[in-house]
Amino acid sequence: MNANPSGWRPSTPEAVALDGEGAPTSTGNRALMLEEGLIFEIGSLNNCGVDLPTPSAETSTRLGGMSRATPPALPGLSEPETVRHYTRLSRQNYAIDLGLFPLGSCTMKHNPRLNEKVARMPGFADLHPLQPMNTVQGALGVIDELAHWLVTLTAMHSVAMSPKAGAHGELCGVLCIRAALEARGDPREVMLVPSSAHGTNPATAAFAGYKVEAIPAGDDGRIDFAALKARLGPDVAGLMITNPNTCGLFERDMIAICEAVHAAGGYVYCDGANFNAIVGRVRPGDLGIDAMHINLHKTFSTPHGGGGPGSGPVVLSEALAPYAPLPYVTKAADGSFELVEEGDAGAGESFGRMAAFHGQMGMFTRALTYILSHGADGLAQVSGDAVLNANYVLRALEGVMEAPFADAGPCMHEALFSDEGFAKGFSTLDLAKALIDEGFHPMTVYFPLVVHGAMLIEPTECESKAALDEFIGALRGIVERARAGDESLHLAPLYAPRARLDETAAARKPKLVWTE
Amino acid sequence: MRYLPLTPADRADMLSAIGAPSIEALFADVPSAALLDGPIESLPNHASEMAVERHMARLASQNTAAGEAPFFLGAGAYRHHVPASVDHLIQRGEFLTAYTPYQPEIAQGTLQMLFEFQTQVARLYGCDIANASMYDGSTAAWEAVAMARRITKRGKALLSPGLHPHYAGNIKTMAKFTGDQIVHEAPRLSANAGEDALIAQIDGETSCVLVQYPDILGRLPDLARIAEATHAQGALLVAVVTEPVALGAIRSPGELGADIVVGEGQSIGVGLQFGGPYLGLFGCRSEHVRHMPGRLCGETVDASGKRGFVLTLSTREQHIRREKATSNICTNSGLCALAFSIHMTLLGGTGLAALAAENHRLACLAADKLAEVPGVSVLNDSFFNEFCLVLPTDARTVVRELAADGVLAGVSLGRLYPGEEGLAKGLLVAVTETISEDDIDALVTAIREKLA
Repeated sequence: MNANPSGWRPSTPEAVALDGEGAPTSTGNRALMLEEGLIFEIGSLNNCGVDLPTPSAETSTRLGGMSRATPPALPGLSEPETVRHYTRLSRQNYAIDLGLFPLGSCTMKHNPRLNEKVARMPGFADLHPLQPMNTVQGALGVIDELAHWLVTLTAMHSVAMSPKAGAHGELCGVLCIRAALEARGDPREVMLVPSSAHGTNPATAAFAGYKVEAIPAGDDGRIDFAALKARLGPDVAGLMITNPNTCGLFERDMIAICEAVHAAGGYVYCDGANFNAIVGRVRPGDLGIDAMHINLHKTFSTPHGGGGPGSGPVVLSEALAPYAPLPYVTKAADGSFELVEEGDAGAGESFGRMAAFHGQMGMFTRALTYILSHGADGLAQVSGDAVLNANYVLRALEGVMEAPFADAGPCMHEALFSDEGFAKGFSTLDLAKALIDEGFHPMTVYFPLVVHGAMLIEPTECESKAALDEFIGALRGIVERARAGDESLHLAPLYAPRARLDETAAARKPKLVWTE
Repeated sequence: MRYLPLTPADRADMLSAIGAPSIEALFADVPSAALLDGPIESLPNHASEMAVERHMARLASQNTAAGEAPFFLGAGAYRHHVPASVDHLIQRGEFLTAYTPYQPEIAQGTLQMLFEFQTQVARLYGCDIANASMYDGSTAAWEAVAMARRITKRGKALLSPGLHPHYAGNIKTMAKFTGDQIVHEAPRLSANAGEDALIAQIDGETSCVLVQYPDILGRLPDLARIAEATHAQGALLVAVVTEPVALGAIRSPGELGADIVVGEGQSIGVGLQFGGPYLGLFGCRSEHVRHMPGRLCGETVDASGKRGFVLTLSTREQHIRREKATSNICTNSGLCALAFSIHMTLLGGTGLAALAAENHRLACLAADKLAEVPGVSVLNDSFFNEFCLVLPTDARTVVRELAADGVLAGVSLGRLYPGEEGLAKGLLVAVTETISEDDIDALVTAIREKLA
């Protein structure tokens, strides 16, 4: 029997020269690069991917005359269509799981999957926040244990666990400062913020009712200590300072800065976004700060999830601890855990509640899992490797791109470059978009504001030397192409799911929801 | 250490390339007084997956999971069935391990999802537009108060007594520092949602009126009436929805005249998680878009004319506007928004309506059976899937004792309003599709026996 009557044999096709992107396909797809419509275009109001009992028509309702006549205009899809829709969308995203994601200050480190497994244990995931305390002792124990390690790692007095993200933690810390100043009858009006700070710092201070004044950076990328000292006075509530700072440098004068602010009657808020650079080696409490939020999604590897959820516990000095928000966990004499809420004895001078319930439990389980996995030796190695990787990138590229503070000594966990010396007409944005074509996520661009055309590279400790070498090679190649006058760089990315998007048009006439 | 790729040889090579003698030398800028000379005291060294999992599993086993007992808790967090595909999809690394979509060419998956999410929320709420999420319902409620101040240039917010006390607490905390005046009192145990008293308090200085719908006791206030009275004084109506499944059965707040609608999205896709992370939803009229807090995703085109999506109107936001931003929010609840959006896509409008009908059917059944228990009365005339029982005794004690007997009976008003004597006998009972008729019978029997 001849199973192959046509006599077909596999063969290697002749090489075909493709012009540009090649011939268009009728679907707009490119093999594995699949276009996907919106659910409003592919779904229908009557389609459903969940089996539910059919509502019986004669059931009386007690909806107080508020019943709706027709279901909400929301399209549905069957389960296979839903899985395909979101799987196709996912493939249009870059992610840490795909490659190096060196967003400075954002800390895109590997997200261990054990953390995900633990967070999903029913004993954590399937708990209601208002269950009786005796049914949630293990969950309160997680909060207590994580709080203990956060306090230990920072040498601070205590920690407020309820803030929901870094910026929410900043708010918590600044409100503690305000409450403490008001309690001593000395309300003050001004919060000092270095010009290199994250935008959340001045926004937070303003949200908390403070007038914000900027303190400039010195020539070495660090805060201008003399300018700070000159500005301190009886109207200054405090200083919000990031350390290591957003130029990737440790504020060498930090102890003296804290002493100066304290001597002037103010408090020091430390933005802990970069705590991952020093965890296990330096305890911020030893520097003299009064409050610092810890982004669990940065230092302790909880996933960024395309923009949250975060979690921002705030460690506090003894002076600020009494004002911490409600609720918080305490341990009773018999070893059981209790939650102190409004109206409870012990709520004392707390400035009040910042959110419903008691914080980002799903992030606490992940962060605790991470801390226990690394342990004391592992955490010191984490910060050591993060700093080593950043310095390796800095030294490999300082001859290629302008590194404004390279002469000031080693950087911490991130390396800062500027667009000085780029070929004429070639911008930081061009470089970022060209990196996309090389298979990398760009670094943080145009931040911090103290450097022209800033590029802030944070490789994290989770990158191998080979991955760094490949990245460094790609960056070198792009800069050399720019020097050689390669105009195609202005068109990058050429190989991403989309070319550069028109952000001006999007803002001029915002289209924020789908319409027919 | 399993999460660190560098080998000792790599480290030596790299240090030599840098010209540094050791990793410690890279920390030269740290004042020596603050540099530890050894590992953190008391924290053990690194541990294997198995060892850590064992430790965490032991802590998990010290809790009573909701699925282990007849379970009737609500009060702003609801236990609904989440289809298996939701959790599978949100764990795809391209979603889980992506960042805020600052580079839109390689973040279209997240951006298109956010555009779909915004549209779903806007339609669910009956609003023109919605943002890409907030931390949770309570923080969204404060942001609505701040936004109403920016729009009306007035500083007095009136909170209905039926607003969740944690939401009211958060708003009062913030107002202490911003100088907003907040008018609020605890609810009374009455079937009436108190529209008349609320309307009587609205005046020409009121920036906004916040009304929870259904309210903390499960009652359904007449939003249209309140909207009319609010608008007559030039104020904005902010509707707060803590149970979005209800909107499959009842009319949307936008349709009833709310100007801003905020709430909790946890019911759809997210799960209980002991209180967080949750998902703040935020919708409003399109004319107020430039006053909105939080991230917004918008449609545009790319250089080749293809449709695409970007984060937009960021001149409202902290990273551009710094101290003049509409909010300090940066990270929001992206992954929870994805879970919500997937679950909502699986349901569709018809599925949401069927889910809501099943919740309401079971809640009616439970209310009728509980009303027959001697000494127990059902407060509500109207409710969706949660109602308030009035017991002959302190409800907080009853809840504690029933938990010891293996029934999670609900949320006592004493837990939510410590010190409010008049509310101490109130018990909130939530009934979702996850409750069986046997669970209802178990609750009825347990309360009957406890009160006998």
